[in-house]
Amino acid sequence: MAAVDTPVRIPEITAHDVAPEATGWVSWVTTTDHKRIGIMYLVTTFVFFLLGGVEALLMRIQLGAPDNTFLTPSTYNALFTLHGTTMVFLFVVPIMAGFANYFLPLMIGARDMAFPKLNALSYWLLLAGGIVFYGSLFFSPPEAGWTSYAPLSSSAFSPTSGIDAWIFLIHLTGISSLLGAINFYATIANMRAPGMGWGRLPLFVWSILVYAILLILALPVIAGAVTLLLTDRHFGTGFFDQSQGGDPLLWQHLFWFFGHPEVYIMILPGFGIISEVLPVFARKPIFGYKAIAASTVTIAFLAMLVWAHHMFATPSATIVLVFFMISSFLIAIPTGVKIFNWVATLWRGTIEFKTPLIFSVGFISVFLIGGITGVFLAVFPVDWQLTDTYFVVAHLHYVLVGGSVFAIFAGIYYWFPKMTGRMLGESMGKWSFGFMYIGFNVTFLIQHAIGLDGMPRRVYEYPDVGNLAIYNLISTVGSFILAIGIGLTVVNVVRSLKVGVKAGPDPWKANTLEWFTPSPPPVNNFDIIPRVRSVEPMKDVRRQVARQTGVAVELGADPAMSEPRA
Amino acid sequence: MTPEEGQGADDRRMNRMPAALACAHARTRRRVFTLAFAAALLGGLALATGASADLLTPESGGSSNADDIDTLYKIVLAVATVIFIGVEGVLVYSLVKFRAKKHAVAAQIRGNTRLEIGWTLGATVVLVVLAVVTFAMLGGIRTPPNSDKDGFATPVVDNIRGASAFQPRPPNGRSLNIKVNGQRYSWRYTYPAKANVPEQQKVAAYVEMVVPTKTTVTLDIDAQDVAHSWWIPALGGKFDAVPGHTNFTWFKIDKPGVYRGQCAELCGRNHADMVAQVRAVEPAEFKTWLEAKKREIDENNAGALKRREADAKAAATPAKEAP
Ligand code: HEM
Ligand SMILES: [Cu+2]
Ligand SMILES: [Cu+2]
Repeated sequence: MAAVDTPVRIPEITAHDVAPEATGWVSWVTTTDHKRIGIMYLVTTFVFFLLGGVEALLMRIQLGAPDNTFLTPSTYNALFTLHGTTMVFLFVVPIMAGFANYFLPLMIGARDMAFPKLNALSYWLLLAGGIVFYGSLFFSPPEAGWTSYAPLSSSAFSPTSGIDAWIFLIHLTGISSLLGAINFYATIANMRAPGMGWGRLPLFVWSILVYAILLILALPVIAGAVTLLLTDRHFGTGFFDQSQGGDPLLWQHLFWFFGHPEVYIMILPGFGIISEVLPVFARKPIFGYKAIAASTVTIAFLAMLVWAHHMFATPSATIVLVFFMISSFLIAIPTGVKIFNWVATLWRGTIEFKTPLIFSVGFISVFLIGGITGVFLAVFPVDWQLTDTYFVVAHLHYVLVGGSVFAIFAGIYYWFPKMTGRMLGESMGKWSFGFMYIGFNVTFLIQHAIGLDGMPRRVYEYPDVGNLAIYNLISTVGSFILAIGIGLTVVNVVRSLKVGVKAGPDPWKANTLEWFTPSPPPVNNFDIIPRVRSVEPMKDVRRQVARQTGVAVELGADPAMSEPRA
Repeated sequence: MTPEEGQGADDRRMNRMPAALACAHARTRRRVFTLAFAAALLGGLALATGASADLLTPESGGSSNADDIDTLYKIVLAVATVIFIGVEGVLVYSLVKFRAKKHAVAAQIRGNTRLEIGWTLGATVVLVVLAVVTFAMLGGIRTPPNSDKDGFATPVVDNIRGASAFQPRPPNGRSLNIKVNGQRYSWRYTYPAKANVPEQQKVAAYVEMVVPTKTTVTLDIDAQDVAHSWWIPALGGKFDAVPGHTNFTWFKIDKPGVYRGQCAELCGRNHADMVAQVRAVEPAEFKTWLEAKKREIDENNAGALKRREADAKAAATPAKEAP
């Protein structure tokens, strides 16, 4: 190792604006700066999240009482189609790209993405996809669910053009994600700071690398599938029509060959965020860096081999059922390993209960439930009872809300200071978490019982039998508590933009390079990129400063420790 | 270079912490763990066995395959409960025990290969056990038993698909084989008939399927228009009805009764109203029902034939022109 005594420059944050920051909306429309594109991604996808949330609340009102007539069947079907599609394609997948856009270059010490113009194109294609899809509201929204199973989605049974809008959404957001994925991959492969080998890549960057690879593998399959659906609908090709030599099951195989990797595309970056936040607030290195990185790669590999566990109830040979049960069991192992490593990271730390940490811990505690119910569904005879019921709705929301959404909120609270230069209000953040955590569990825990009680998913009404009425009412009440929690964070963000405490470059005393630059960073990010000597370059920087100056100087103020008062 | 090697000497001392940890805390930890494990196991079993049917376990009680699925589910639930309590327990414990306090210093541990291997193997063992249990129970769930001696007399059912097919048939090959056809938004049941009886002369019913008790009933499930899913929870799992494919399941009901269910695959606007029910009656009563139904259908067919002939005659004799 380098001799400690040789005179080395004391690291200090230097980053100068090369030119005055452009302002005005034209500068945003024409920007190729990864940080501005990142912010546009984050804001746009969050708006879609709120839209999807309103759709969810409308559905929950309808289901609040048996035989309710608040919504018509066609409105209800349109709502769950809009909701599911929005949450998957316009919120979770692209918001992860938003975080990656902003932070990936900073975390690896790069000055921008590899292909900045392509990056801008990714964003605009995403927005176009969202507009085309929501445009269908003005004629006839799709009603076949986010899975659009053939033959229900064929022109015979869905004659209006809602399905076509859905197809174009898949194409546009698909191209957007593919371009983004290629860009992330190229950036990570080529633009890392000096000294940042694969063993020193931050775990969030590892997760984005694997996210990108999965997108590149999975998206072409769904693009092909929806193209076949489009030609079936308009040119009579009959790929999914059994009466013309096609097969409805072909659609299901193609859809889920994409769809299951998509599930991991939605959760892996969340895992990455958690793996960044926990060590910072436990003041302890991440436990098992290599195991976490390796399990990410293993999950990605296995994620390509489990798709037919969504099809256990279709006519299938026993060998198929057995294979997909075993492969689904296998994927539970690296997922479990991650959870164990996170808990071990907290073990013997000195845990500071800041909002990002609380959301991360909330994530672990509820994602665990989603992972465990996943094992129930992998046991195919058990799945025969549970699939297509509210048990599955509960499972998928435990993974997607308890998992991805809580991780996203952890990311928002963790990185907001870097993006805006101001802290989010701590106490409001904690209230927001409290409402979200309770509301989430009230909404979705009881849905396991609703499914076990025999209620299928995607039904606009249910009779007053068994305990369905009371269970559903509980779930509906919970969804409004959850909504209040989300609303508090929205208010917090808007407020803190103006009145938040100034953050300084490194308010959390964090580990990774994005904190070695002013908040918010100037266009070129860094003038001098420090040499990376470990997975925690900022710890090294702080240690070196202390050694060379004899005092533990903070890089920048540390207002995070003093609670902002409302 | 591993990340560990990149650290200063002070951290390297800390790298040995896991070993120290293992010694100093081993005994208390082991005791806490054993206690927690025992409590969780007991709790899990108590929950799983005493659970009310619809809060924690799927419906069952109509047919032995549904009961076997229920048992399998409870085994998974017991294992899951143990893991859940174990992990959440350690998580909550660390949050309480290791919150930041004055003078507390975080242990700079970077990992522990033995622990890493340990929990990977642990998880694997749990899943292997679940797989073995599933295989052990699969026969009873997938393959139907013979009908009881005093069941309804049923013929040997032809295999629709050759030897490699996966449709369940009882060992003696005899079952009451009913064709289930999903159509928006109803189910049509076609009862077996002698060979070369034309389709429209077979006994058929909609929505309610009447079946004999003590008799193995096998179902060949397909769909007319879009995909549906056949599901009567107390009679076993759901099986998708997909156009162009035949799916299979079976049940054997011991006591007379009515079992309700509904379509479980989105099939359009009235998917929520596509209900189904199975009414099980004594074999003798079933025989009477089937014969009555057959007579009714024959009469209807005969009536229709007569009407058609009359119409044909009327068409043949030129109608008198109105004055
Ligand atoms: C914010 C609180 C949320 C509530 C109250 C909620 C509620 C619902 C409801 C009522 C359904 C329809 C169930 C049915 O009729 O089968 C549904 C479906 C769904 N939700 Fe959510 N949801 C929420 C958030 C989310 C999030 C954040 C995601 C994704 C990240 C998500 C993904 C889905 C998906 C994929 C479906 C299935 C849609 C389909 O069946 O085609 N939800 N949700
Ligand atoms: Cu899957
Ligand atoms: Cu249906």
